[in-house]
Amino acid sequence: MPIRTEPMTVNIGPQHPSTHGVFRLRVTFDGEVIVEVEPVFGYLHRGSEKLAEERNYVQVITLTDRLDYVSPMTNNQAYCIGVEKLLGVEPPPRAKYLRTIAAELQRIASHLVAIGFFLQDLGTLGTPLMYCFRGREKILDMFEMLCGARITVSYLRPGGVFFDAPPEFWTALDTFLREFPGEFEELEQLLLENEIVMVRTRGISPLPLDVAINCSVSGPVLRASGLAWDWRKMDPYDAYGWVEFDVPTGANGDNYDRFWVRMQEVRQSLRIVNQCREQIEPGSVRLELPLVLRPKPGAEAYGRVEASKGELAFYLVSDGGIAPYRCKIRSPSLINLTVTEHLLVGWKLADMIVSLGSVDINMGEVDR
Amino acid sequence: MVVSALSGREVAEWLEAGAPGSVERWQEQTVWVKPPSIAEVARFLRDNPSLDLQFLNSISAVDFIEYFEIVYHLTSLRQQHTAVVKSRVYSREAPSLPSVYHVWRGADFQEREIWDLMGVRFDGHPNLKRIMLWEGFEGHPLRKDYL
Repeated sequence: MPIRTEPMTVNIGPQHPSTHGVFRLRVTFDGEVIVEVEPVFGYLHRGSEKLAEERNYVQVITLTDRLDYVSPMTNNQAYCIGVEKLLGVEPPPRAKYLRTIAAELQRIASHLVAIGFFLQDLGTLGTPLMYCFRGREKILDMFEMLCGARITVSYLRPGGVFFDAPPEFWTALDTFLREFPGEFEELEQLLLENEIVMVRTRGISPLPLDVAINCSVSGPVLRASGLAWDWRKMDPYDAYGWVEFDVPTGANGDNYDRFWVRMQEVRQSLRIVNQCREQIEPGSVRLELPLVLRPKPGAEAYGRVEASKGELAFYLVSDGGIAPYRCKIRSPSLINLTVTEHLLVGWKLADMIVSLGSVDINMGEVDR
Repeated sequence: MVVSALSGREVAEWLEAGAPGSVERWQEQTVWVKPPSIAEVARFLRDNPSLDLQFLNSISAVDFIEYFEIVYHLTSLRQQHTAVVKSRVYSREAPSLPSVYHVWRGADFQEREIWDLMGVRFDGHPNLKRIMLWEGFEGHPLRKDYL
């Protein structure tokens, strides 16, 4: 006689260490199989878009740091590119290289966090996480040299960057570029062919490409499903048109592929930083723009970058005033969550947290 | 630049053929369509093989006081071009337009967010409830008259 089971609804979060922030999942289980899932968020909503309407164009940069706080440089970059499009200006080449170096270091740091916590979610109890944070710490130290802050950087400005990099930054960068590939190889050897990682992640929660596209998924999650779509290649901004790099793609879009794509992207980011380091030449790092920017009335711009989580864009509308009339943030974390249901339903409780970790969401960006 | 932007004129001409009477006007890289026809327009934009706009980048809403402008940024991943489609909704009490949820599933959270913060309803959205704020919150904070 079959055993009759009864579905049970459980709250995961909002205060739960493995939901990556204050994020709640209302999950209905049949035994340990997920039959229904509803993501609930908004706990970190600070009204960034409304606040942006009350600040001038330069002041808004500080708000962007606090969106995806694991990847503030790319947030600055998206916003600054948006404002530059509004004004119709281009930063000088040295500034473009500095921005690219900062953004790629940030991508490495952000992917290291993603990889580390993904493994933490698998139950590795800290060791790989600490390996990841070892590299990230050095990057944050370099950011401190650039702008005096590790997380809330506000380093980029419309028309360039705030300051030129000090000499000690270049020394630290050279040391990093020399030492980090070896450290990262250690991590790769430890994880990429690891039996336990493979068994726990291969074939779990696959995301078909057509579903990913229909759900507007972007970034490593989209690339893991097999499409080489990267805005750094497709619409090159800053110095990406002047450097060479590959776009790694997965085959099955399962948890392992999402993890693997991030590992490969760290390698590509290192390639980009190396090339920028060789190509960068002395020069001005910032355009002479007025302190208070006033774009033309009616101007609008869609400033878009490939941030570490996916396509991050700022849709800015100007009314000729000193503050944006509208500053809409297209946040990759929020939109990537559209596939939560697709990823989780039918899989077991033990894989739920891992699959969620493989999407790499950041609540600061989901809720804004 | 690998990705090119479709001109408003080009998109408007396609729409005149595929969804007659839906276009209001066009300018540079933007097409304005009539709000009631947005779902039909969306389906045509996605399914027409030359336009092939199967990726919805974002939906934004802007409050221009006399009207709300809903902006759709679209991309074709195969044809490698982008398009911008806008729609103006003239109502402050009960602004609404059809949902594109069934065309692009990626519209789900974004339409809910616009309803929550801007107060524009999307007819046909299966789960249109507040997303950032809690049920019972009064008003829509991103509107210009909300202080």
